[in-house]
Amino acid sequence: MNPNSLVSIADLTKDEILDLLKTAEYFERHPNSKILDGRVAATLFFEPSTRTRLSFETAVNRLGGRVIGFSDASTSSSSKGETLHDTIKMVSNYVDIIIMRHFLEGAARYASEVTDVPVVNAGDGANQHPSQTMLDLYSIYKTQGTLYDLTITMVGDLKYGRTVHSLIMAMQYFRPKFNFVACHELAMPDEYKRFCDEKGIPYTETTDFSPEVINSSDIIYMTRVQRERFTDIMEYERVKDLYNLHNSMLDNSKDNLRILHPLPRITEISYDVDANPKAYYFDQARNGLYARQAIICRALGIKPEEMTNE
Amino acid sequence: MTGKKELAVAALRNGTVIDHIPSDVLFKAVRILGIESLGTAVTIGNNLESGKLGKKGIIKVADVEFDQATLDRIALLAPTAVVNTIRDYNVVEKHPVTLPDTITDIVRCANPKCITNNEPMATRFHVVSREPVTIRCHYCNHTVSGDKAQLH
Repeated sequence: MNPNSLVSIADLTKDEILDLLKTAEYFERHPNSKILDGRVAATLFFEPSTRTRLSFETAVNRLGGRVIGFSDASTSSSSKGETLHDTIKMVSNYVDIIIMRHFLEGAARYASEVTDVPVVNAGDGANQHPSQTMLDLYSIYKTQGTLYDLTITMVGDLKYGRTVHSLIMAMQYFRPKFNFVACHELAMPDEYKRFCDEKGIPYTETTDFSPEVINSSDIIYMTRVQRERFTDIMEYERVKDLYNLHNSMLDNSKDNLRILHPLPRITEISYDVDANPKAYYFDQARNGLYARQAIICRALGIKPEEMTNE
Repeated sequence: MTGKKELAVAALRNGTVIDHIPSDVLFKAVRILGIESLGTAVTIGNNLESGKLGKKGIIKVADVEFDQATLDRIALLAPTAVVNTIRDYNVVEKHPVTLPDTITDIVRCANPKCITNNEPMATRFHVVSREPVTIRCHYCNHTVSGDKAQLH
């Protein structure tokens, strides 16, 4: 077990989060620092995710490291019935860091327990995806200049959306206020509302994506409402367009408001929003590169030398 | 009958009596203790009257003293249970069960997509609430209440 593994955002202290943000900021200014010269990273994608894999692999490449791995479990030995345990043990002989995505929940935690090589979780089923949370935090920090005292409105699928759950956990240190906007079927689970209550984090809960909610927000975090989440298709048809964002809805919003979305979006943000300077979802994806460079360096215990001199 | 009620099941000479088990979890408790494979005399009573619980179950096992870890697992299902150690017809020790912070390898995760249901490995749960008992999977983070936990 390597203490620098990153499996869940909950593994990080407030200081570690702030440290990662600082490092991400450094890499945004110096994206091609060759500090991973001679290091090899494995990207083990037991479940395909092109977007996340390319982001991680770009991060390693820009830092001067090399990448081995697979992008689909059908091309690995797990298709021959090898256990995750054995695959991880084997790969650990070759590399300095393992970046893995798996369709099973808890896979990354287990992998981190069977090897001394640091493991970075790039998503385990519906469970955790900490690098997404770090890039969300970095995007919030960058656009607002602070993480403190912000009103964050989460919209859409708040029940199954792991990104919103992790963001709540990560924001706990920064005195946020949340608005949860969702239909009853996809409402924020009690578990996370209880978490807010315990931490003294104020929140409102509404089914109405109203002007009041929009105009009070510093961040609107949109998520996709997926048809397959509904047991009742009539209910889906009824609510599917209630949580779509159109440009006209932003007319009286705050100047500092930014719209985030983990992507891919379908209809929940209409294309007329894209040209609005408050639309930030594509920049958000680029921030993923810097956030992941920071995560990789932390996992390897490497700090850019120039950073300490700056 | 003065003061002392008639015993519903016969007294033990040596062994262990686990009392105050809620009736609906008695047989789960039996499984946790591994009583099915014991060769010594075992008496199991259920739906006995109880001032505390309404109806209770009781397990008496002759000539066996369970280790603490095993008894602590009973706390998952029956936080009210009391363990009596009997030597020569006397109760030499009597204490309530205590739930450990971590429960290893006796509960199966109810999430079919959990890694523990797909790899040859031990399960691990953390106790996140003691009243009512709620446990959370160390791997996939799914939570379940103690009395609904599926046992291996």
